[in-house]
Amino acid sequence: MEASSVSPEGPGATGIQRFREYANANPAQVFLTVMGVIAFALLIGYGLHDFAQRSVNGIVTGSYFALGAIGLTLVYGILRLTNFAHGDMLTLGAYIALFFNVTVGVPFIVAMVAGILLTAAFGVLTELTLWKPMRKRKAGTLQLVLMTIGLAFVIRNMVQLFAGAGQQRLDINTTDTIQFLDLTIGRTQLIVVIIALVVLSAVAWMLRHTSIGRQMRALADNFDLAETTGIDTNRIVIFTWILSAGLAGLAGVLVVASIGSLNPNTGFTLLLPLFAAVVLGGIGNAYGALAGAMVIGLAQEWSTLPFEPQWKTAVSFLVLIIVLIFRPQGIFGTERTL
Amino acid sequence: MNSAAASLIGVLPDNLLLGIETDFLTQWQFWISVGILAGIYGIFTLGLQLNVGYTGILNFGQAGFQALGAYAAVIFVVELGINFYIALPLSIIVTIIAGILIGLPSLRLRADYFAIATIAFSEVIRITIQNARDLTGGNQGTISLELDNGIFFNESWLKVSSWMSENLFDPIGLSGSEYLGLPLLVVVWGFLALGAFVLSRLVRSPWGRVLRAVREDEDAARALGKNAFSYKLQSLAIAASLGAVSGWFLVLQQGSVSQEAFEPIWTFIGYAVLVLGGLASFSGVLFGSFIFWAVYEGMRAMDLPLTSDKDAALRFVLVGVILIALMALRPQGVLGKKEEMVLGE
Repeated sequence: MEASSVSPEGPGATGIQRFREYANANPAQVFLTVMGVIAFALLIGYGLHDFAQRSVNGIVTGSYFALGAIGLTLVYGILRLTNFAHGDMLTLGAYIALFFNVTVGVPFIVAMVAGILLTAAFGVLTELTLWKPMRKRKAGTLQLVLMTIGLAFVIRNMVQLFAGAGQQRLDINTTDTIQFLDLTIGRTQLIVVIIALVVLSAVAWMLRHTSIGRQMRALADNFDLAETTGIDTNRIVIFTWILSAGLAGLAGVLVVASIGSLNPNTGFTLLLPLFAAVVLGGIGNAYGALAGAMVIGLAQEWSTLPFEPQWKTAVSFLVLIIVLIFRPQGIFGTERTL
Repeated sequence: MNSAAASLIGVLPDNLLLGIETDFLTQWQFWISVGILAGIYGIFTLGLQLNVGYTGILNFGQAGFQALGAYAAVIFVVELGINFYIALPLSIIVTIIAGILIGLPSLRLRADYFAIATIAFSEVIRITIQNARDLTGGNQGTISLELDNGIFFNESWLKVSSWMSENLFDPIGLSGSEYLGLPLLVVVWGFLALGAFVLSRLVRSPWGRVLRAVREDEDAARALGKNAFSYKLQSLAIAASLGAVSGWFLVLQQGSVSQEAFEPIWTFIGYAVLVLGGLASFSGVLFGSFIFWAVYEGMRAMDLPLTSDKDAALRFVLVGVILIALMALRPQGVLGKKEEMVLGE
């Protein structure tokens, strides 16, 4: 990473060195070219229809990954907290919505809003009771990471204590499908993609154009400096948790809506693909996380063409490992930007 | 304990409280099985102690190393027909090679990135075990412990075990089915004690002093001409080999292996044991592991009026609460040394 930015110019530079130099200067270009070549090979090998169908599935997966990944990356960017409990926040949101939709019997949309709001409230609660006091004490990485793991255990198993370990379903129609250009997408899945795209666009706009969004980016860039310029950091941190946890809650609801069922472990199994998206996009970079999530979603679904579907989560782990090894600062954007 | 658990759930009527099973506390069988588990996860956590407590690297892949050791040993014996006592050291070699291959690219990374990378590696190992049916045999990666020609993985061990029962425990009156686990208990704790002894000598040696220097300030260690990267790699390889040893014993204790025993939560349970006992203390690992498993198995044996999945959930909530409380109130652990606790930025 740092060492490789020393450019080996001059007559001694070999082709490999030149390529490395080029790849370091244009990581996204190189990565997307490789991905394009793989996509083209799959397209030729398996035909347009199968390839397009898997791509549609990949976009559905990528859209709820993106909602989860943005929250994970924002909390890291602003608070330097690697939140291993984030996957279980998705679980929490989904189960709150399940409770309202199935047990109480309110319509899906109302249950979804309840899931978002209560998960956001839970996020604020963890900030006030855990993260703020720990920041004051200048806790180290180990302390914070193990605390998020403890929190993950508590959330997942409190859910299991109340709801049991079995598979649960929402009270919505997940079997209707829509045919379009000979491609199939579930009606609910289409709604999931639309909700995700609307919310993601709103968040992207908010980060770029509103005062609170600019303040969040300032905090992510340099927390102490932002504080001295008079930004009310407390308010921004609380808002970050509302956004991060709220989006996690929404992502969880959309996961159960598009997969059809969930259990208390579902969120945790999504955590590593979310980390993959975040690292791919450059940790702390919200737009990068969005792009990374789409890449991971597509890669997972495309992998089901040559390999059996049970291998697809391993694909995202491999992408994560490869990116960490060759370019830990991510493919999209530069480090420490939001 | 009982009343605390009861008030936590808030669903137990008073008259049931006295009905909770506590007879197990006076039974040998219970304490033998607690001891075996504490020993197995003690060996597992010795590796984490070397990594986290003495080297300052966050190894989140220990369950993957454990899986590799367990499956390699079983495959060598059952599928390749290799002698049990040769298969065990071979499985350690396989795991050490894996540790080096994983460490080489990822040890350059920052602490939290390294943690994520190792957890991803361990999941790749587990998913491969789950899905590579040709290699691991049974459904969902449950390996068959029996060879076609009738050789069992644990055949050699059972010979040792019954010899120990006949010659060591029967003469002093410890015979019968409730003492069946005694030989495994003795062997596991023998390995644990040996491991703790060797490691505690190692960290006091010149080698160990460099390790701690790397933990305190990697740049300073490097400035003194020490190859910090190589020391971190050695630390990870040793931890991986301890993971492999704990893997064999898990197979011998459970009688069969399923990939579920190697999910990342078991690495995290290793961390709970680690911080419960204390950082930078090998005797802390023994203490932490025993306390953890006594409480964990005790809650399981209490036979609370809950379904089994909710009963399990309650135990894991407790694990989470222990982790949070320790990190908030006593991050160095019960027997740990505060001045040796550095894993900051």
